[in-house]
Amino acid sequence: MKLDRIRNFSIVAHIDHGKSTLADRILEVTETLSEREMREQVLDSMDLERERGITIKAQAVRVAWKGHQLNLIDTPGHVDFTYEVSRALQACEGALLLVDAAQGTQAQTLANAYLALENNLEIVPVVNKIDLPQADPDAVAAEVAELVGEDAARVLRISAKTGESVAEVLDAVVERIPPPEGDPEAPPRALVFDSSYDQYRGVVAFVRVVDGRFNTRDDLRAMAAGTRFEAEELGFFSPVRTPMDTLEAGEVGYVVTGLKDVSRLRVGDTLTSARHAAAEPLPGYKDVKPTVFAGLYPTDSDDYPELRDALEKLKLNDASLFYEPETSQALGFGFRCGFLGLLHMEIVRERLEREFDLDLLVTAPNVAYRVYTQGEEEIEVHSPADMPREFERVEEPYIRATTIVPKEYVGSVMELNNERRGRFDHMEYLSEDRVMLSYDLPLAEIVYDYYDQLKSRTKGYASFDYDVVGFEEGSLVRVDILLAGDPVDALSLIVHRDGAYARGRALVDRLREEIPRQMFDVPVQAAIGSRVIARETIKARRKDVLAKCYGGDVTRKRKLLERQKKGKKRMKQVGSVEVPQEAFLAVLNLDGDKR
Amino acid sequence: MSGVRHLYVHLPFCAARCGYCDFVTLVGRGEDHGCYVDAVLRELELEGGRLADEVETVFVGGGTPTFTRPAELRRLLEALPAAEEVTVEANPETMTRELAALLREAGVTRVSLGAQSFEPRLLAILDRRAGPDDVRRAFYHLRDANFDNVSLDLIYGIPGQEPSDLERDLGEALALGPEHLSCYELEAKPGTRFTHAHGEELARQAESMEGYFELVVDTLTAAGYRWYETANFCREGRRARHNLAYWLGRDYLGLGIGAVSTLDGLRWRNLPALPRYLAALANGQPPPRELEPLAASTQAQERLMLGLRLDDPLPFAEVQAALDSEALGRLEGLGLVERQGDGLLLTRRGRFLGGGVTAELLAEIPANNYN
Repeated sequence: MKLDRIRNFSIVAHIDHGKSTLADRILEVTETLSEREMREQVLDSMDLERERGITIKAQAVRVAWKGHQLNLIDTPGHVDFTYEVSRALQACEGALLLVDAAQGTQAQTLANAYLALENNLEIVPVVNKIDLPQADPDAVAAEVAELVGEDAARVLRISAKTGESVAEVLDAVVERIPPPEGDPEAPPRALVFDSSYDQYRGVVAFVRVVDGRFNTRDDLRAMAAGTRFEAEELGFFSPVRTPMDTLEAGEVGYVVTGLKDVSRLRVGDTLTSARHAAAEPLPGYKDVKPTVFAGLYPTDSDDYPELRDALEKLKLNDASLFYEPETSQALGFGFRCGFLGLLHMEIVRERLEREFDLDLLVTAPNVAYRVYTQGEEEIEVHSPADMPREFERVEEPYIRATTIVPKEYVGSVMELNNERRGRFDHMEYLSEDRVMLSYDLPLAEIVYDYYDQLKSRTKGYASFDYDVVGFEEGSLVRVDILLAGDPVDALSLIVHRDGAYARGRALVDRLREEIPRQMFDVPVQAAIGSRVIARETIKARRKDVLAKCYGGDVTRKRKLLERQKKGKKRMKQVGSVEVPQEAFLAVLNLDGDKR
Repeated sequence: MSGVRHLYVHLPFCAARCGYCDFVTLVGRGEDHGCYVDAVLRELELEGGRLADEVETVFVGGGTPTFTRPAELRRLLEALPAAEEVTVEANPETMTRELAALLREAGVTRVSLGAQSFEPRLLAILDRRAGPDDVRRAFYHLRDANFDNVSLDLIYGIPGQEPSDLERDLGEALALGPEHLSCYELEAKPGTRFTHAHGEELARQAESMEGYFELVVDTLTAAGYRWYETANFCREGRRARHNLAYWLGRDYLGLGIGAVSTLDGLRWRNLPALPRYLAALANGQPPPRELEPLAASTQAQERLMLGLRLDDPLPFAEVQAALDSEALGRLEGLGLVERQGDGLLLTRRGRFLGGGVTAELLAEIPANNYN
């Protein structure tokens, strides 16, 4: 296909603004699938997914429209996957910015719009759901026009649900979005913008060919990872895999690699021919690093092998998931996992629990810190337990947080952000009564109970989005919890100096409630280094006897003692103190914080 | 050893059931007393071969043994083997001058009197029929009948009890000068009518219980009593020898409904239903029983559990198999257990925490011993 007959585009939108409905409608309008086939097709693929346990969801669908080849590239919808989104956008020349006619611009609308602008995409603004009774297409069109610097008259107004004006969207794609540029004769280069894992065929890379052409059976090389493999199959999605002999410059499709490990072919890498290699990779590859860490432990320690297997399987599909074994005094064997963000963490947790039927304990999440010890040695710390007690300085990740709220909640959001060490950046009225607030905040302040607070303080009206923007030095301290003088690794925290007392106090109080009295006084302390900042004492029991015991009572009393002994076995011995598992759960469990 | 040297006989009849009581008891049934004694004596005939030529102790418990019709009680006592210590449990309101004399004549050497409290208000809560004066009167009847070994039972942690009530109870008991005192905390079994009626107050009492136990031990030891077992105190030389046999892990034979025997590694319990007991023995058959074989390891555990209740060192060698030596080291470090010669002993604080300490000292229990 000639380059000027190809259009590559994405749909970007805030969640629930109608992205998938529009995608479905496009398949219908272009007769890629008939309405009937559509239903069957979707059902078929779901059956197949279920039967074979593979994901065959189309990530990039090719449709034909008035003599043009249109490639619709799907993007992951959320901030945690910004890098993946930006790679997907890099594979396009334009984007449909879809906005709900009733809700107007939301935080992810902005984030996605900015991302599209950064990638020099032609933005086609579309107001969706104009059929809703509470829709205000004119006002929302004005808002969106303002946002992308476009004439309000050029903002399309559609209903993906009813199909109204969907054809005009496709016309606009052809008319307004430029064709791809590239050199069909140059050594081949293709951008890997996504991938999936097929248990029979290995890694399937989703690619946008920039230069040259790729043929089936070519020896290929991933330029960043250095991985070599044979292109077992090439093709495009329609929306099922449709094999082709070649993929040419400007086209979008897939490559079956046969690789058994997703980490050997990461999103953002450049594919080229092993024999006629391109000199330079395409720009923009970076190794995404997890920003949020948490310990994952099976609630029943016997499930540890199952958890390990489940993580292995999940990792096949999700290269950004990071995990390493971790042993906690309190929780036994588990894994310290790294995630791209909180949503990513939730997704992983949910998949582990749902798809692998595991009962998990997720410890309160923390961020990655850069710690500089004496002599300027830099170490990255993913767990408070690994934090050196002595250090020169420490840096923590910062985010640029965008919050959109009705104006009456501006004060509440500001208050929350101030409590969370936020720095005001700027504020903008998106419309008469909706305001966008921009703040810089330490990421660590977001991972602990922020969403729930935001939600309750704005009655659920706030939309929130963030971007990690860098690291900054912070006045952070490691707080240790000591039981009878022995530090408990699993309970250490890294907190801002100003919040250390309150968090230490809260933990100490909670532990005093949760740990049963022992046979001796147990001091519970929170300490920064050797300085104790909070202390409570669990007073020793003074009496614990089986009152009477004669000939007829012996068996029953013995059983009582056996039960007591078994109860003790379930406790964790921390130094000389017996701590019930429940006490750790109460303090460590992510859900426990949200009380 | 040839033969069992300790005999227990259960007399289940009571005038009324006390709300907190969980023993095998039967209210009234005067017409059954005679057949019951017949049945017990027949069980004695059947099992008597297990007894040693010289029985050391006999204990007649209940129920309220002294509620049993005097003639039947006498018939039973006179048929039991003679022993150095023969104890009968008695409720104060049943103890008349005549009964005291009857017991003495029938060879009883020791009486355990269920006083429980001297406070009318608390006795009412316990459903006890005796008042404080009944206790005193009963005590003097026993003294008049030349009993020089009388024990008083006290209960603490009664709903509505204040520390001052307990102090007064202890003072009243001491004023009588008994040879022996048993002081129990009230055990309210979950699910009983009593627990249901007094739930909140029992929870409040549970908090005070620590202080009560200390008060009991301090007061009685200060008065010169020996704290020889977790809940038992005596004048020197007046330990309850029958109960001591349990705590020392000796074999014992139990007769009557609900009675337990432990003999050569086998424990059995007569089932509590009266009609089946009577019917079996009327036919010359042993009564229906629950059997519990005791593995050597279980016996060692019980030896540990019971032996540590005493103030005499528990010979190390007898319990080594049941001991968690790591826990022993830890508890020694905490000052709760100490070694004395070849024996093991709880310290004073260890005795207050005896349940937890013992649970910790018990070595891992083999799975096949759980039921």
